Amino acid sequence: MRLFGLSQRTLAPWLFLAPGVFIFLIYVIIPIFQSISISFYAWDGLGEKTYIGLQNYVELADDDAFYTSLKNNVIWLVLYLLAIPAGLFIALFLNQNVWGIRLYKSLFFFPFVISQVVVGLVFSWFYDPSNGLMNLLLNGLGFDSIPVLADERYVTYGIIVAGLWPQTAYCMILYLTGLNAVNPEQIEAGRLDNAKGWKMLWYVVLPQLKPATFISVVVTVIGALRSFDLVSIMTKGGPWGSSRVLGYYMYEKAFSEYGFRMGYGAAIAVVLFLIMIVYISYFLYKMYRDEKGY
Amino acid sequence: MFPAPIERRALPLQWIYKVALPIALLLWLLPLIAVFLTSIRSAGDITAGNYWGWPTSINLIANYTSIFENTPLGKYLFNSFRVAIPTVIGAVAMSCMTGFALAVYQFRSNLLIFFMFIAGNFVPFQILMVPVRDLTLQLGVYNTATGLAMFHIAFQTGFCTLFMRNFIRALPRELIEAARVEGVSEIRIFWFVVLPLMKPAIAALSVLIFTFIWNDYFWATVLTQGVDSQPITAGLYSLNGQWIAAWHLVSAGSIVAAIPPVAMFFLMQKHFIAGLTLGAVK
Repeated sequence: MRLFGLSQRTLAPWLFLAPGVFIFLIYVIIPIFQSISISFYAWDGLGEKTYIGLQNYVELADDDAFYTSLKNNVIWLVLYLLAIPAGLFIALFLNQNVWGIRLYKSLFFFPFVISQVVVGLVFSWFYDPSNGLMNLLLNGLGFDSIPVLADERYVTYGIIVAGLWPQTAYCMILYLTGLNAVNPEQIEAGRLDNAKGWKMLWYVVLPQLKPATFISVVVTVIGALRSFDLVSIMTKGGPWGSSRVLGYYMYEKAFSEYGFRMGYGAAIAVVLFLIMIVYISYFLYKMYRDEKGY
Repeated sequence: MFPAPIERRALPLQWIYKVALPIALLLWLLPLIAVFLTSIRSAGDITAGNYWGWPTSINLIANYTSIFENTPLGKYLFNSFRVAIPTVIGAVAMSCMTGFALAVYQFRSNLLIFFMFIAGNFVPFQILMVPVRDLTLQLGVYNTATGLAMFHIAFQTGFCTLFMRNFIRALPRELIEAARVEGVSEIRIFWFVVLPLMKPAIAALSVLIFTFIWNDYFWATVLTQGVDSQPITAGLYSLNGQWIAAWHLVSAGSIVAAIPPVAMFFLMQKHFIAGLTLGAVK
């Protein structure tokens, strides 16, 4: 069967791709470029756009709130990575064959399945200065209450701890799956060579867990840079904007109650996008290498 | 197996492990357990500050019926289903086709298109926010479950394509070659040869996407507002504003919001984990 002189084998992939590629272009790829273009305009989202060149970026370079958000993003990124060793630790703890262990594994995974809105509400309440469990414990031990979410010094860390809870569960499940596939012969060989504990973990097990570690790093970095839900739910960026991250600051600027500043918001999004591009390129590069080796 | 099986260790150590397991779990899930206990407390307990002790009375039914009777929680839940189910169907259907095309055919821009899907899948949501909101407004679907689902279908197609393409690539190629030799048309190869083999991948993606979309909060706040279209995540947040200090109701609402994905996870655990850990093993 031939159509327009093209063989079925040449035409078929394009027909299969058409719907998916079409909506992906419309909703994802083109909007990236539109956002970049909007970042050169002053626009309230309704009226006329006014071209202002790099002015949004110039303003950004002098905006303290932007630097606070950027700094918080860095803190998120660094501390979020703790989910990886924590997840590995729990996975090692649970990688046994005792009665009921499957149920334990599922229950440990629980925090990842529930929405970040729920996680955020739960933790705001855990930190509550008058009745929260954390402060009851602190008072019980003779310390004063710490209003974590109302204190500029602690707020970002408090939110990150909430975020680490589901993220650790995610890394744990990745490592559990990885541990399942670890070659038992190599472990036995290691045991014969008297490798034990840390040495075994470092030299024999971790190298075999490399794919799990790679995926953990990718999802954790992306998760840290995407942080929005928890900030929005727990503090709305407060107190006084001290817990904002770029993702939240952008949202606030674009849809603030003082008028929509789409152009300025888009400029912030572009900065976030440029940071993410580094990781995306690294990931694609690694995939490209794997594909070529295929 | 690493670490060494506990059965091979000294007996006291085995006992310590068996005791440590439930304690660790209890600590790990403490926030959730507290939420559950609070969701069955009476308003009296809450005003008296009894948050962490044992509830004085168990108001399980009263609290849970109250949130459904006095708030639009049921409506929010319904909206969540109206967004999540079409998204699952749409994204999985699209990606079966794109995944098939990218896995089976060799053409010049194959890898380029594949990488476009992957890269798009990782971009920060904020860079899409303004144009997508604008597009949704122009299409007249702003503030509807349809509008939200349309965006989700498009965005999730990226992740699903990555998954499906890798899954189909791991299938034996001989099946397809044999069918071609028999003169089977490409569309029939897709439908009768490949699609039946994709059932596990379809199951895994369906549960995963359902959970992702159910838990989405960002796009729900960007593309919808109000009771008629907001899903449970955004709804719960606005209810939280109205229920100031009514922690028993907030908790009950949170539990209800968490039930569908949790149930999905428990029922389809094998598929869920298979989907999530794709690539964690080589």
